[in-house]
Amino acid sequence: MLSIKGLKVKLEDEDKQILKGVDLEVEAGKVHAIMGPNGSGKSTLSYVLSGKDGYEVTGGSASLEGIDLLDMEPEERAAAGLFLAFQYPVEIPGVGNMTFLRTAVNAQRKARGEEEMSAAEFLKVVRARAKELKIDAAMLKRPVNVGFSGGEKKRNEILQMAMLEPKMCILDETDSGLDVDAMKLVADGVNALRSEGRGFLVITHYQRLLDHIQPDVVHIMADGRIIKTGGPELAIEVENNGYAGILAEVA
Amino acid sequence: MADLALKQTPTEAMIGSLALPVGGWSDTARKDALARLQGMGLPQRRDEYWKYTRPDTLIQPEPVSAALRGSDDVALFDQIDRIKIVFVDGVYDADASDDLAQEGITIDRLADMPTDLHWARDLYGTLEKNGQTPVARPLAALNTAFAPDGMLIRVTGKPSKPVNFIYRRRTEIADAMLHHCIKLDAGAEMTLLENGPVAARFNGVLEVEVGDQAAFHHVRAQGRDHEQRAATHIFTRLGTESAFKSFTLTANGMMTRNECVIELTGDDAAAHVAGACVGDGADFHHDDTVFVTHDAVNCESRQVFKKVLRNGATGVFQGKILVKEGAQKTDGYQISQSLLLDGDSQFLAKPELEIYADDVACSHGSTSGAIDEDALFYLQSRGVPAAKATDLLTLAFLAEAVAEVEDETLRDEMTGRLTSWLERHAG
Repeated sequence: MLSIKGLKVKLEDEDKQILKGVDLEVEAGKVHAIMGPNGSGKSTLSYVLSGKDGYEVTGGSASLEGIDLLDMEPEERAAAGLFLAFQYPVEIPGVGNMTFLRTAVNAQRKARGEEEMSAAEFLKVVRARAKELKIDAAMLKRPVNVGFSGGEKKRNEILQMAMLEPKMCILDETDSGLDVDAMKLVADGVNALRSEGRGFLVITHYQRLLDHIQPDVVHIMADGRIIKTGGPELAIEVENNGYAGILAEVA
Repeated sequence: MADLALKQTPTEAMIGSLALPVGGWSDTARKDALARLQGMGLPQRRDEYWKYTRPDTLIQPEPVSAALRGSDDVALFDQIDRIKIVFVDGVYDADASDDLAQEGITIDRLADMPTDLHWARDLYGTLEKNGQTPVARPLAALNTAFAPDGMLIRVTGKPSKPVNFIYRRRTEIADAMLHHCIKLDAGAEMTLLENGPVAARFNGVLEVEVGDQAAFHHVRAQGRDHEQRAATHIFTRLGTESAFKSFTLTANGMMTRNECVIELTGDDAAAHVAGACVGDGADFHHDDTVFVTHDAVNCESRQVFKKVLRNGATGVFQGKILVKEGAQKTDGYQISQSLLLDGDSQFLAKPELEIYADDVACSHGSTSGAIDEDALFYLQSRGVPAAKATDLLTLAFLAEAVAEVEDETLRDEMTGRLTSWLERHAG
């Protein structure tokens, strides 16, 4: 599904190497987690994959189902099936959440040569999905993320994921700023979307999110590289001993 | 006025190119206005009030030319039951217009010089004259002196339909000058809609006397033909507990100067003036100049102007709130913002407050900014192409100004017009 080979990335405006050769394969149907200390390059990886400006790829490749991601515009990557749930979802005053969702869904459909969703059909689907995520009608009407609580913003991310039905979902620290109940709600939303044809890459600092979204594979990232890969037990090791032990072990 | 000698030649040239309409009750007002004009002269580049906008093409005696654009626009306000009053190249067209006889409102044509219109005689040129101090507005005096046509509307009740001035163009080279007077009696209400390109060069004056407890709503759409030029003035005076709400949408037009002069003379009155403007190209120039005078207690005024400028377009805002001595409990608000879609476009803003009362709340703000890159990336990451995402953010930026239109149908019409402009000017 997602194939990253020797990916090297530096900041565009600064001579600072962030990713120093990342190798990662996420298979369809699997949930991979990336854990790592602050500044290890986890969020950069998610931004580079989704096409944010400000980064320069200096080596390696990233592809989705064999299609080179790095040459595409962000919207083309989205239409190809990539989705990033933002750590800090952006507030967009003046653009209604519903308008935003419908524009996004139909833009992707159009890009893929599919028929656009009618207003009525869209409304039906969005209401059903929103209900599952405890997103009420008022939240759908409000401008995108404006005045939303931390939990509401993250639920809104999952709602977008549910509506866009991507092949590959990247969740960038989706647990940050959430209390236990909100995290459970978000995790339930994600779990409902797990399927054989869909891959997940869950980026997190803490093991607790992985209690709710059970990963198949856990990677530890440090200083722009993946330094260790293992099963769910690796996350528990981090929880118990911190990153220090693993870092020392690799060094 | 040391410059008056310099101004004399162009002013006399302009006056010489026009014919003073003769006859009827407006004679005195016209001659007064002509004397006013000669006393101040037409605007020149050196004038402080014209610092950001070159008046050259507005004051040259020779008419200007503007290509006629095909009318592939969906007609504005078509879904609304309204009294249509049509002008072609600045001349009233009775055949294309609706019957002027309506309940609660009397409508006369200025060019007909109806004999017994005492109210119109009292109003014509009066608010314009008041509006000449402290800042001269010579193009408005020129209009009062020479405008051959326009409508005189007296509102006595609450007519069920809005009045719609529809301006059509048939001639590439044509000047048009229109002077409308509207008087709302105590408790009366009306909505005025204006749309259409008027002329290659348009000089428009609208004088509105809003009586006690009366309410005037105004929605105007300007533009369409890229090369057209317009200098418009709205002069209004508000009575006790009355309301004046005006919104202007401008799309295209290489030179537009919209002045709005508001005088709050009755207590507890509210005046809102707003504008949304989209401009494309280095020869696009749009100027909103507003002057609000608070001369009564507990009045509210609100100015909301938003401009989207790209490919080297220029936007100007000059807005002043003057709070006179004794105008306590004034609530004045002013915001002017521009969204600059490239580094070549510019926005020049001059917000001013002048306050002589001690118990007032006045605030003003002005910003210029680019598209929010984070919002753009967020939209793109959801699959919305960059151009479409930019349009969405542009509309969102303008939404605050459009929201000043209270009526939902009219608001939707304005949003629709902006959306189709963005679609036509894609990229």
